[in-house]
Amino acid sequence: MSQQTVNKAEWPLWEVFIRSKAGLDHKHAGSLHAADAQMAMENARDVYTRRMEGVSIWVVESKYVHASDPGEADSMYEPANDKIYRHPTFYDLPDELKHM
Amino acid sequence: MTVQSFEKGFNDKLDKELTIEPRDWMPDDYRKTLIRQISQHAHSEIVGMLPEGNWITRAPSLRRKAVLLAKVQDEGGHGLYLYSAAETLGITRDEMFDQLHTGKAKYSSIFNYPTTTWADMGAIGWLVDGAAIMNQVPLCRTSYGPYARAMVRVCKEESFHQRQGFEIMLTLAKGTEQQKKMAQDALNRWWWPSIMMFGPADDNSPNSEMSMRYRIKRFTNDELRQKFVDVTVEQTRILGLEVPDKDLKWNEERGHYDYGKINWDEFWAVVKGNGPCNKERLEARKTAWENGAWVRDAAMAHSQKRKERSSKKEAA
Repeated sequence: MSQQTVNKAEWPLWEVFIRSKAGLDHKHAGSLHAADAQMAMENARDVYTRRMEGVSIWVVESKYVHASDPGEADSMYEPANDKIYRHPTFYDLPDELKHM
Repeated sequence: MTVQSFEKGFNDKLDKELTIEPRDWMPDDYRKTLIRQISQHAHSEIVGMLPEGNWITRAPSLRRKAVLLAKVQDEGGHGLYLYSAAETLGITRDEMFDQLHTGKAKYSSIFNYPTTTWADMGAIGWLVDGAAIMNQVPLCRTSYGPYARAMVRVCKEESFHQRQGFEIMLTLAKGTEQQKKMAQDALNRWWWPSIMMFGPADDNSPNSEMSMRYRIKRFTNDELRQKFVDVTVEQTRILGLEVPDKDLKWNEERGHYDYGKINWDEFWAVVKGNGPCNKERLEARKTAWENGAWVRDAAMAHSQKRKERSSKKEAA
């Protein structure tokens, strides 16, 4: 790509993840455009945390996110479908059993 | 899979009230309708910053100024949430700006009216944001996931916009005779444009039927307009002001207020570009975009240069 076309291009798209308070996971908040990571961070603060919504921000350029194909969801999650014995409620135990 | 089976999957999701997500199959007209609606919604937020921006430097107190600044900043943020929601449908940000600047995409006509006195800041917050909230709350359950999530965020933030507007109106209405007059004058000028914000009447709204079928819209224009009139008339009483509609009357049988005839000629004239401020608003947006071009280019060039420098360092 020539310098010219790079300059005429849109700023890349970034995905923003925010930790709303200490101890919680970062959660996807939305996306924005920025020329580089530092600008993405500052824009994320201005766009997604105007009301103290976060204590920590991650930004990732959207092109690095790989997503599963919704068309393949059935086969993708099928292996877990018939394994209800992975849940504690599957087991039939007497009511008087305590602390378990 | 055939197109029919894709379409069935899509319709099943709509029937089950499940959201449609960016990578899901969707019919072309669903995609097109959403791009049109979301981008026009985004444009409305951005153009909507202009009439209020007009008063930031002339707000009557530091408190009012800080509040107005925060509100206008929120609107910028809302525009950004919405632009990124639209981008998930395959249109670029620059394409949307281009559609705005060339007049291909519309924005809410309400922003083509001038803000001539400070009371307009009150009337806009109370009526214009009030009407917007009425429209936006059902959109939190719209069928397209990214749009619905953006609207949840917008609605949470919007509530203060309306409250601060009502507070301005209340202060003026309880003030001197001159202030009260100013408040009434603002209500007179913003009432009809506000109730036009819900769009054409149901029997004359070409996009409504499809939008309802796709669960993009959950209520018709007239249903929302009626709801707005009903709650707003009651609020006007608290202000001690008068709604500028001599046909406004409580209808016991319907359980709603009847209201006068809307001037649809005015509505269409403003939509078509002949409102009091259409030219000025569009000009302001275009100028900002063109004058900002060198900044956008410089930021990209800077980022590019830094990338090249760091990859050279790694190679060495």
